[in-house]
Amino acid sequence: MALESVTLAPVPAELTEEAKAELELVNRARTGDTSAFSALIRQYEGKIFRLAMNITQNREDAEDVLQEAFLKAYEHLDQFQGNSKFYTWIVRIAVNQALMKLRKRKTDRSVSLDEQIDTGEDTVAREIAAWDPDPEVQYSQDELNGILTEAIDGLAPIYKTVFTLRDVDGLSTEETAEALDLTVPAVKSRLLRARLQLRDKLTRFFKRKGDDAFAYM
Amino acid sequence: MLTCKEFLAELSDFLDERTDTEIRSKLEKHIAECPNCWVICDTTKKTISVYKGMKSCAVPEDVHSRLMAALERKMAAASVAKK
Ligand SMILES: [Zn+2]
Repeated sequence: MALESVTLAPVPAELTEEAKAELELVNRARTGDTSAFSALIRQYEGKIFRLAMNITQNREDAEDVLQEAFLKAYEHLDQFQGNSKFYTWIVRIAVNQALMKLRKRKTDRSVSLDEQIDTGEDTVAREIAAWDPDPEVQYSQDELNGILTEAIDGLAPIYKTVFTLRDVDGLSTEETAEALDLTVPAVKSRLLRARLQLRDKLTRFFKRKGDDAFAYM
Repeated sequence: MLTCKEFLAELSDFLDERTDTEIRSKLEKHIAECPNCWVICDTTKKTISVYKGMKSCAVPEDVHSRLMAALERKMAAASVAKK
């Protein structure tokens, strides 16, 4: 492939150093530099695998999704626009692959990331207990990771997915909406529920000793 | 005065600092006067901060190798197709 025939994404001046470095990697991968694409894989495979696990809840499916997402990304690198992050772009591909897996598994009905939303009354008993000022220092790093992972795993797939993209991976609300093909208000309402549910789960571990109160709110 | 329910509905935007100043001052007034919402707000903020930047686990080595192998097959197929 002649270098001249490759259209490279322009590097906008206002990008952060990190984003510039990433776009350079993508551009190098586009010209056939396989080590550049391997570097992108190393950087994002953990997050994509976690995302795929969150949606499919199944290790074998998650591995398929991981492979399909990176193969598709490689195949369609020329369609990547430099105006969104590579991660947002590949997340979108991975989400589509994961949803297709879900659909194949449950052939009787279509599945979307929307369906687990309960639309009923959301007044619930919430534990109102203040936390220790630095609750996490009472636990070792391993214990803390265990607590955080278990709490996330207890959420419905859509909450897990929205929360992880938005609050763990640090995508903006708009980027999360784009990646999941949801509206911004839909992302916001799921994010709020996810945050509140996690707060409830973590309160069990992090509350100040002797603090115990519930309120319906 | 906002109800607690109205406060909770705005909590995410409040924590993300995406509310306009008028709503923001109403929300601030609410937590100053409502101990329950103060606790929920404070602990939700801490929830977000403990999760921020939580590392994803490394992909298991066998999963990584199969991914790289699949990619190599793809690249090989692409270069054959071009000839
Ligand atoms: Zn209140």
